[in-house]
Amino acid sequence: MELLSNLQLGFDVALSLQNVMYCFIGVVLGTLIGVLPGIGPVATIAMLLPVTFALPPVSALIMLAGIYYGAQYGGSTTAILVNLPGESSSVVTCLDGHAMARQGRAGAALAIAALGSFFAGSVATVVLALAAPPLAEFALKFGPAEYFSLMVLGLVAAVVLARGSLLKALCMILLGLVLGLVGADVNTGQFRYTFGLPNLADGLGFAVVAMGIYGFGHIIANLEHSEQRGSRIERITTLLPTWADIKASWAAVLRGTALGSALGILPGGGALLSSFASYSLEKKISRNPSEFGKGAIQGVAGPESANNAGAQTSFIPVLTLGLPTNPVMALMVGAMMIHGIAPGPQVMAERPELFWGMVASMWVGNLFLVLLNLPLIGIWVKLLSVPYRLLYPAILMFCCIGVYSLNNSAMDVGLALLFGLLGYLFIKLDCEPAPLLIALVLGPMMEENLRRAMTLSRGDPSVFVTRPLSAGLLVVAALLLVMVVLPVVRRKREEAFQE
Amino acid sequence: MSIQIRNPRDFYAGLLFLFFGVVATWFARDYPMGSALRMGPGYFPMVLGVMLLALGAVTCATGLAMRGEAVERMRARPLLLILAAVGSFALAIEPAGIVVATVLSAALAAAASSESRVGEFAILVVVLLALAVGVFTYGLGLPFKLMPGG
Repeated sequence: MELLSNLQLGFDVALSLQNVMYCFIGVVLGTLIGVLPGIGPVATIAMLLPVTFALPPVSALIMLAGIYYGAQYGGSTTAILVNLPGESSSVVTCLDGHAMARQGRAGAALAIAALGSFFAGSVATVVLALAAPPLAEFALKFGPAEYFSLMVLGLVAAVVLARGSLLKALCMILLGLVLGLVGADVNTGQFRYTFGLPNLADGLGFAVVAMGIYGFGHIIANLEHSEQRGSRIERITTLLPTWADIKASWAAVLRGTALGSALGILPGGGALLSSFASYSLEKKISRNPSEFGKGAIQGVAGPESANNAGAQTSFIPVLTLGLPTNPVMALMVGAMMIHGIAPGPQVMAERPELFWGMVASMWVGNLFLVLLNLPLIGIWVKLLSVPYRLLYPAILMFCCIGVYSLNNSAMDVGLALLFGLLGYLFIKLDCEPAPLLIALVLGPMMEENLRRAMTLSRGDPSVFVTRPLSAGLLVVAALLLVMVVLPVVRRKREEAFQE
Repeated sequence: MSIQIRNPRDFYAGLLFLFFGVVATWFARDYPMGSALRMGPGYFPMVLGVMLLALGAVTCATGLAMRGEAVERMRARPLLLILAAVGSFALAIEPAGIVVATVLSAALAAAASSESRVGEFAILVVVLLALAVGVFTYGLGLPFKLMPGG
């Protein structure tokens, strides 16, 4: 069977000593930043990009992927023990996870979260292995028109699933696309928006923008609020869930896994949306919804499984279509391009060891994570007592070093500073930055495909609607937009994000 | 009837987008537009810039028309000092080296929070220096100059 031989190839790559080591470093870092509030996977991955220059691409991507899904595990620890989400995707875990901890069931909540995540991660790895090849095959049929429409769909979905105002999300997309134009035009060599700065000739580095917005911008905004963490860390008595806990949560784990796997694939989806959706689902189908918020174990099991499954399946569109669905994936695309790999359907055929190695490493990484998060939970709990006033100068310095090392350019640090200011304004004005970052990465590809499609069609724009695949993608994008504008769906969406 | 900003978060966000729309279209005028068949480097930027202007204006308008929350109070101290910390790193790293850049930016960053303590800060700087020199400069081999002149 082809799948088995592919997986064998993958495990051969993933289990090499070097890759096991980088996978381990990735998940440890992921858990670390998951536990520490105030720094997320976007800033961390951006910071570490220069470090990966020296690594072979497979090892680099394995490590970066580990940071992302590792953060999903770590985020739940803080959510349960101190009622502070380490990651945005564990916001809902606070509700019931912390309630359980206050009832002395912290251990059970942590165990269910970790085991549920492990199960979800394993299933999602299989989903990735099964779904990616046919999708990539399908995507090989895409011409420029289809790619353009696919990117429109991706951007629209990023808008629809972003929090807050639709209008502002659309503006953020446009701004991201404009920022993506900075640099020399590929076709003519014309410099655009470079303002005479030699640094901008190659375009605006996505890592510079990401570190500015998610690193510096967030630090400034966080410092405006005085420290909230003196809150009590709940004690863990036993890590073993009772038989009743397991009986109560296995179905929620299954549902969360299914939901997360499906939502992770969607553009704009990923860990965050999956966990919110799973929590709503569990609450809706529960026989006693009034228990939710007061320590219902399903409210931990479902979302925790879902966010991990979603984190992993969100790699599917990136690895098969080259389409990033959230800011972390946008950075993964950037990381691949730094290593000379053009993300898209050809990756699987041309670099099978890269694709299957990454898939297999995810399972290895999930195994590490269970070990890291259950027996070694005590170490992470200690880290929780590190106050933010000691953390942010370190985060700031690592970001500075990270930005500088990208091109050994002090000017890049200056640019990141400007984006820090912009990121701070975005927070103040309630503008979600995720769509901007996705658009920034997609911008150049979108323009390129638009131009090619128009040249091929001899300037006839109807090519986007007469080619059936392209038309289909655009129809889905239009439907999505219409749906969100409808009052009924709009209310639902707001409710979903409110919880 | 006087004009009233009912939703400041939308209104000012709209202004921000309008600003970028103006910049985008203003500079795009200098780039050859080309035609739909053979798009020049100015085509896509101009289209995006005009769309940004339009949607920015709509966002401003909704900020005037619909009620919303006020912008949270901004505080100058963290904003200015964090930006200064990053800026000082950018200015110091090349002429003065990683040691000076680290100490300078850490000091400015720590000053941004009223909760920082002198004793803790001293330990923090030692740890950061150890990481910057030990891990980044020697461990990972990033090409930093250590000291001014060095």
